[in-house]
Amino acid sequence: MSSQPHAPAQEDAANTHHAHSHGHEAGHGSFRGYMIGFGLSIILTAIPFALVMSGVFDSKLLTAVLVMAFAVAQIIVHMIFFLHMNPRSEGGWTMMALIFTLVLVAITLAGSLWVMHHLNTNMMPMSPDMMKNMP
Amino acid sequence: MASKTHAHETEKPEFYLTDEHHPEGSTMLGFWLYLMSDSLIFAVLFATHGVLGRNYAAGPSPADLFDLPLVAVNTAMLLFSSITYGFAMLQMERNAKAETLFWLAVTGLFGAAFLGIELYEFAHLIHEGAGPTRSAFLSSFFTLVGTHGLHVTFGIVWLITLMIQVSKRGLIPENRRRLMCLSMFWHFLDVVWIGVFSFVYLMGTLG
Repeated sequence: MSSQPHAPAQEDAANTHHAHSHGHEAGHGSFRGYMIGFGLSIILTAIPFALVMSGVFDSKLLTAVLVMAFAVAQIIVHMIFFLHMNPRSEGGWTMMALIFTLVLVAITLAGSLWVMHHLNTNMMPMSPDMMKNMP
Repeated sequence: MASKTHAHETEKPEFYLTDEHHPEGSTMLGFWLYLMSDSLIFAVLFATHGVLGRNYAAGPSPADLFDLPLVAVNTAMLLFSSITYGFAMLQMERNAKAETLFWLAVTGLFGAAFLGIELYEFAHLIHEGAGPTRSAFLSSFFTLVGTHGLHVTFGIVWLITLMIQVSKRGLIPENRRRLMCLSMFWHFLDVVWIGVFSFVYLMGTLG
């Protein structure tokens, strides 16, 4: 980190008492930012709950896709307004770590579901009789 | 003579810096990396629940068990605690110690309310005979939601510790750094909860 060109300025800023909040880009929000994030979160939470509890759509698949889409949207809202993510904080390293994690999470989730689904469909079906004799 | 010993002393390597200097940026990045590795734990638990979440072993299904209004209240508790932690951070920036402590306390109360509702739900499920040993679905459900609840528990312990720290030492740079780490942890837990209520409760109830 110290090899970055703006690092000395950052350290100077950190030494003076109150100015240190300007020394780094990540971590601080404004009242307005928090309220926008809060409002969006309430909307993005209420809609999926309403969708499932009222059963507006007959199609379960459509409802499920919408619920997950709202979840992704709300996660992005939280990242921006509460965790103050931006591509520049820490010289871009938080964003790189986040992208790397997202790739790993996607591989873990998709891979597990895919492999286990194939196992389920390709295994010989088991009758209740066979089930009883299982160890 | 004096200058000689002084020169001698400066040649000595310093093993311990009495003026403990933490560059704030690297702490935040390091804590962010911890959160990313923590989200891998949750990813694995979500994957487990995705695989096992439909294996009811002829037992109760999510539609039989889950009380969605209660889950909605629980979600609101965690969301409120997120915004009140944000207010605490804003007061911290204004150097207002009493207000910071007030909003931290409110955050802790919302967090405790969340935990209380979750424990009530767990007790209710176990009382109905739907404990973690009933089916693969319930095993993975209790593991995933329980791990999140455990994180919130530790978050509250951390929050109380920091409230004592701030009330004793004030908003010194060290405490500001700690409060910012807990801020990230707390908001991160809310992000994980979004996944829990969407994937486990809502999608589970859909069947």
